[in-house]
Amino acid sequence: MIRFPKATTAWLLLTPMMTIIIGVVGYPLIKTVYYSFTAAHLASPETTDRWVGFKNYIKALGNTQFIDSIENTAYFVSVSVSAEIIIGVLVALLLNQVFHGRTLLRALLILPLALPTVVNAMMWRLIYGPDFGALNALLTQIGLMNEYRSWLGDPDIALSMVAIADIWKNFPLVALITLAALQTISKDLIEAATLDGANAWQRFWSVVFPTIIAPVSVALVLRTIEAFKVFDIVYVMTRGGPANSTKTVSFHVYQEAFAYMRIGSGASYALIVVLISAVLITTYLWLIKKQGNTA
Amino acid sequence: MTCRSKSEVCLVYGSASLLGLVLLCPVLWLFIMSISSTRDLTTLPLQWLPSKISFDNYAKLVSDLDSSTAESFLSALRNSLIVAISATTLSLLVAIPAAYSLSRLPGSRRKSLLFVAIATFMMPPVALVLPLYSTMGALGLLNTHIALIAVYCGILVPFTTWLLKSNFDAIPIDLDEAPLIDGANRLQIIWHITLPIAKPAVGAAALMAILMAWDEFFYALLFTNDIRAKTLPVAIADFAAGRVADYGLISAAGILATLPPVSMAYFLQKSLVSGLMSGSVKG
Amino acid sequence: MKKNKMLMAAMVGTLLTSSQAYAEKTQLSALFMAQAAYSEQDIENMTTAFEKANPNVDVKMEFVAYEALHDKIVLSHNASDGYDVVLFDVIWPAEFARYGLLTDVSDKIDDSTKGDILEGAWTTVEYGGKYYGMPWIVDTKYLFYNEKMLAEAGISKAPATWTELASQAKIIKDKGIVEYPLVWSWSQSEAVICDYATLLSAMGGEFLDGDEKPVFQQGGGLHALEYMVDSIKMGLTNPNSREYSEEDVRRTFSSGQAAFAVNWTYMYNLANDPKESSIAGHVGIAPAPGAENISKASAVNGSMGLGVTSNSKNKDIAWDYIKHLTSQPVQEDFAKLSLPVWKGSYDNPEIAKGQEELLKAAKIGLAAMYPRPTKASYQEMSSLLQVAIQEALLGTKAPAEALNEAADAVADLD
Repeated sequence: MIRFPKATTAWLLLTPMMTIIIGVVGYPLIKTVYYSFTAAHLASPETTDRWVGFKNYIKALGNTQFIDSIENTAYFVSVSVSAEIIIGVLVALLLNQVFHGRTLLRALLILPLALPTVVNAMMWRLIYGPDFGALNALLTQIGLMNEYRSWLGDPDIALSMVAIADIWKNFPLVALITLAALQTISKDLIEAATLDGANAWQRFWSVVFPTIIAPVSVALVLRTIEAFKVFDIVYVMTRGGPANSTKTVSFHVYQEAFAYMRIGSGASYALIVVLISAVLITTYLWLIKKQGNTA
Repeated sequence: MTCRSKSEVCLVYGSASLLGLVLLCPVLWLFIMSISSTRDLTTLPLQWLPSKISFDNYAKLVSDLDSSTAESFLSALRNSLIVAISATTLSLLVAIPAAYSLSRLPGSRRKSLLFVAIATFMMPPVALVLPLYSTMGALGLLNTHIALIAVYCGILVPFTTWLLKSNFDAIPIDLDEAPLIDGANRLQIIWHITLPIAKPAVGAAALMAILMAWDEFFYALLFTNDIRAKTLPVAIADFAAGRVADYGLISAAGILATLPPVSMAYFLQKSLVSGLMSGSVKG
Repeated sequence: MKKNKMLMAAMVGTLLTSSQAYAEKTQLSALFMAQAAYSEQDIENMTTAFEKANPNVDVKMEFVAYEALHDKIVLSHNASDGYDVVLFDVIWPAEFARYGLLTDVSDKIDDSTKGDILEGAWTTVEYGGKYYGMPWIVDTKYLFYNEKMLAEAGISKAPATWTELASQAKIIKDKGIVEYPLVWSWSQSEAVICDYATLLSAMGGEFLDGDEKPVFQQGGGLHALEYMVDSIKMGLTNPNSREYSEEDVRRTFSSGQAAFAVNWTYMYNLANDPKESSIAGHVGIAPAPGAENISKASAVNGSMGLGVTSNSKNKDIAWDYIKHLTSQPVQEDFAKLSLPVWKGSYDNPEIAKGQEELLKAAKIGLAAMYPRPTKASYQEMSSLLQVAIQEALLGTKAPAEALNEAADAVADLD
């Protein structure tokens, strides 16, 4: 049997992975860059060679609908991610206590997590229904509201309602990660701090916080990257309406490229999205690198 | 910690019950809708319990084989299974040697390759979808399982490689030495030494991969158009998007689509948590 | 655990093999819309009859929501086995013709067929003098009213003008018969454009002038939107209309929560079906009203046609299938939810039975059908207009301001 030098073996073992990354990610990315400088059209392949320079980009940056969709996305990301982190950490702190039913609750956390996103979106859409939805019925029957109202039809709150559906599905992720970190804290450490006279708040800052800050910040960046891509939940719940108040960047790119068939300008929108997410991804890589070094 | 005041106990149980309700109620309501008649769901004021429980909606989706509803639902289920299982298997076959290489045979260039992999996993799909769509079209692969499997590998391979690499790092490197001296090659070592030890990690990676593939919607929406390749998320969106007519039926479809991933995640809770942990914590 | 695994494997196995049975037959793939004129069950029944007559053909049907229909047709264009037969809306042939998505079938339609089908229906499938399919659903929006509520309010006749409609609605609201007398489908979708187009045509407006320049921001187009906005402000229109699609309108009207509704033909028989509706037997139908000194009635052309995709590998069989679905006998069998495109059917007493009122309204409505613009970039124009209308309906912009902005954007489209 032939024995390769170590480096050759190493590269050989990596070849399949590199092939897939180059084929399914690298090559398409370069092609997208190319498309963004052309007038490529979905239904006429020969247009991919029609070079238009920076025209697509200039148009994209001047398109108010696109700018609005970036704003919507930013709002969606900040609301949903911050709520997911806060609720997630609180839930983890709760589940770290000893009480009856803790195991059951932890198992229940899996429910939203494993529920398919599309089903989640559809479920909340039905719950938010303006006339036969459960939310209206619940709030009026327990007396919190006098009359039924519209949730997804009101441009002031529609995006927040979509964000709530996303928060419900994703805070368990933060909770489970934080909980796992919390469980690495030894009981002695807490007891020692208590004996030293630290109150609950001081114990949190001196013992708990340093332990969970690393995993929580990674979860934060991860969720931000995911939330930034949001598409499916909008597609099913509102399709961008009312009056474009829930249209996100992914939905905008989808519409440009696949409803209006303008692949070229769709590509330029997509690359602007990539630039923004590149910042997020770099932050993330920097975070895990830092952790790798300290671990 | 041990001696808690009464108010603390109240607070803990109070918030625990609230959490339980928040987690359970939406899904419970989805289930109730699925066993109610349209008439019950559209009476005002809303009645929370159906006047008559009926599993007709489920029957319409799975047993009435001549109807197009059942046909499209069952084939979507089949397509989802085929795509998720093949993409996961293929990804693991590729990721295991890659993760081993990155863990055991490091080099500075190869190390940066790991970061490239992580970065590609996070790339927004809109950046890649246009050329992928044209290429798949040119190769005649649109509306086939292969297109989705290939694209999903692009997401799953970097992800599983990275999960497994951090787990392989925890296995003592000395274990590889003896068989190497005995003349075993690296693939044999992976098979006989590394994998048996890393079994739980591989399980966690497979679980996460299946869940991700099961949930994927964007590519599936664009690359498939009929029952030959359409996956469950797309089928459900087709049922539900726009003019929703039958609340009960789409609820039942939602419940059925949720059962496989939720039960899988439930029975493999430990793997899930360890997968989430290593996915987000270790570099 | 072992047992479970085997069970799983067995299940997967059955699922994998279950689709192999039809291998030798010619496969046709057809795309329809879910839940409108014809129901899924109806189309299945029509198809079964076709398959019986053509035992070598197996038709696979897909049903998607109207909102997904256009994108599905476009996206499947590059698939090596996409759809053979697609249902398309009256507003798409311009775009589909320009980008070659549909097969030109002009030579397959003979003169006698041309003469036997309603003229309005042909506009659905024709663009630039060529035919891209067969008309299948001839449809427009009508004014539905709850006879009981009108009687209770002392109103003896359905309104003939939109102004009259508003004053009747006001009476009904003031008498406390129903909180919001009017319900429409004004969600951000094509549905709102259809309602807007109906009003626009009544008030003598136009979408585009002869040079394809937008003119909907003035005259009838502006009045139409002002009418919509005012009806919400006055509490006559159910404010939820702004997130309703046609099915929501049907549910609201059928559950007795509205006195008037604007909707497609299919609602007539469903609202009169006691299983689906609590107001069965009290449903009145009339052509959508006109405007004083301008029009007697109004209607929007909401017809749909069936076409063969340009990439179909079985164009002849696909055409046979379309001919079967659009044939007079098949259409007459299913005339309860969608009126036939054939002129002759309207003299058939079997068709009129039980829906005389509908046919009376259809006679006026179908003749008044107003087209939405035929423009290759219609999708984009429509989407700009939807947003403008919604902004006005939600009160964030004045109607004139919203329409002017949309007109500027539409003028830049090619």
